[in-house]
Amino acid sequence: MATLEIKDLHADVVTDEGNKPILNGVNLTIRSGETHAIMGPNGSGKSTLSYAIAGHPKYEVTSGEVLLDGENVLEMSVDERARAGLFLAMQYPVEVPGVSMSNFLRSAATAVRGEAPKLRHWVKEVKDEMGQLEISPEFAERSVNEGFSGGEKKRHEILQMALLKPKFAILDETDSGLDVDALRTVSSAVNEYKSNNEVGVMLITHYSRLLKHIEPDFVHVFAGGKVVQSGGKELADELEADGYVKFTTEAAV
Amino acid sequence: MTVADNTAAANVAEAAEVTIPAASRAERFASYDVEAFEVPGGREENWRFTPMKRLRGLHDGSAPATGEAELELETAPEVRVETVGRDDQRLGQAGVPSDRISAQAYSSFEKATLVTVPAETKASARTLVRLHGPGEGKTAYGHVQLRAEQFGEATVVLDHVGSGTYADNIEFVLGDGAQLTVVSVQDWADDAVHVSEQHLKLGKDSRLKHIVVTLGGDLVRVSPTATFAGPGGDVEMLGLHFADSGQHQEHRLFVDHAVPHCKSNVLYKGALQGDGAHSVWIGDVLIRAAAEATETFELNRNLVLTEGARADSVPNLEIETGEISGAGHASATGRFDDEQLFYLQARGLPEEEARRLVVRGFFHEILMKIEVPEVRERLEAAIEAELEAIGV
Ligand SMILES: Nc1ncnc2c1ncn2[C@@H]1O[C@H](COP(=O)(O)OP(=O)(O)O)[C@@H](O)[C@H]1O
Ligand SMILES: [Mg+2]
Repeated sequence: MATLEIKDLHADVVTDEGNKPILNGVNLTIRSGETHAIMGPNGSGKSTLSYAIAGHPKYEVTSGEVLLDGENVLEMSVDERARAGLFLAMQYPVEVPGVSMSNFLRSAATAVRGEAPKLRHWVKEVKDEMGQLEISPEFAERSVNEGFSGGEKKRHEILQMALLKPKFAILDETDSGLDVDALRTVSSAVNEYKSNNEVGVMLITHYSRLLKHIEPDFVHVFAGGKVVQSGGKELADELEADGYVKFTTEAAV
Repeated sequence: MTVADNTAAANVAEAAEVTIPAASRAERFASYDVEAFEVPGGREENWRFTPMKRLRGLHDGSAPATGEAELELETAPEVRVETVGRDDQRLGQAGVPSDRISAQAYSSFEKATLVTVPAETKASARTLVRLHGPGEGKTAYGHVQLRAEQFGEATVVLDHVGSGTYADNIEFVLGDGAQLTVVSVQDWADDAVHVSEQHLKLGKDSRLKHIVVTLGGDLVRVSPTATFAGPGGDVEMLGLHFADSGQHQEHRLFVDHAVPHCKSNVLYKGALQGDGAHSVWIGDVLIRAAAEATETFELNRNLVLTEGARADSVPNLEIETGEISGAGHASATGRFDDEQLFYLQARGLPEEEARRLVVRGFFHEILMKIEVPEVRERLEAAIEAELEAIGV
């Protein structure tokens, strides 16, 4: 049983023109086994929240805390956070030319697990997960994310999650760029991972269609850089019917 | 004139528009005679990036030969090696010196080494020509010619090692249908200064893969010029360089398309690290009016690994005919990509390992094109050693 606590988190994005405050006091606690949907309009700071938790150098936490089982995550380097059990499936996965997917996955698994996985088991493990996500085997020899379509990138993010087995997974708009079939495939891989692992999931999305495939325990509306309302699954239905207007105007005042 | 975006801050900025340089490359003066050139002061277009003081007088006639470069050979059984005098009629066939140091070398060498791949022969092994510099504090001039006669095929490695000051011309003369892979490795000791003009002459339907690898030396300036003697020629020019603190590495390419139906493909990649590391890449491509159906592409990428290092990159594409099949160029200089680093670290890889992966990945594209296993392995080891040096 693990807990991820986000307490009054304030963060800036660092730009060439100086810092710009984005997160405005985020409070959220996620326990293993729980799935929290974070829904909010574009530009409300959802990705900023996920990057701040993962430790992206472009985002600077100005106050507040992120605790993983009481440990201060903000003091850890990016890779320490990953090894501590945090995983971020990025909205825009990065291309790394010249580094093959297979080399990358094995290096990452070695780092996170603390030892190199036994080759024979590893090959099977990767093959099974790729099969589940309907990723063609040829991708193993391609450079990380290079020339992948949006959907292919998202499948590979979930592949990495399944192989790295995090305690907490933040999925940042994993549904965007997926067509109906791909959404079903990716969602079922996430559900499978959830059912076989004690994982806490933060499911960031703009649309409620994802929540028809991956059932959240809690729904939080995110606007103006913070959580403005929390509730159960019914909140997603309300958002689907009424949109974000109510919340964006509230956040503005 | 196109000047690539070299600001270190620009993360892989692309400059790909086609523009005409101020002075046409077609008008560049060339001569075998050193006295026909004025002594360059350093402001001239082809010298403006070179630290003239570090040339040790190679450019102004004040550096007489005081030593000799020594050759070590491992030749394929089919390949012929001769040492010839200045009067050998075959010398100078691949091109005329286009700068004063090249002409100085041409005027100063005493003996030339001629390596010949006989006609219609495929060499059964690679040929190695290892050249040892004249030694610290000494100056030497040299001349090497590689000839692949009609339909000859071979792989030749020219390895430059040791100390001293050395200027030379290297000729690659390809007969019709010949296929040559050559690797010029500059793996000099820290004190070395090497200025080399390399003349690539491609016969009808011949194919040349010309690979330049620069790792060591205080100042290395390599100027490959490719010309075509007949249609159907295909030149691939690859370069890989890694500059450390204080090193100046300059690669000046010129591809002169004056003949129809020829192809050129240029790819140079460099990494730089440490204070005062400086790399210069000039890629001049000229497509003359007669060169219909030319296909050309050139690309230079630089990866600046630390503060205080600087890469200058200037692609020039000059087109005198509308009848070309395709032409393009690009140049990019990036600071170490923070996004890539973040992504890899976010998957648990410690920063140092992530950096290594990114740098190896950067060079991977070019390493894969170097089919000579011993050279590729040596390069991989050299890249690892360079990374070790800055503790990444
Ligand atoms: N690198 C950046 N440079 C400048 N502004 C940024 C940067 N990243 C995010 N922002 C700004 O921060 C705000 C929140 O962005 P983001 O966290 O991506 O929102 P969301 O994921 O909810 O769409 C937006 O106004 C966006 O323009
Ligand atoms: Mg976002």
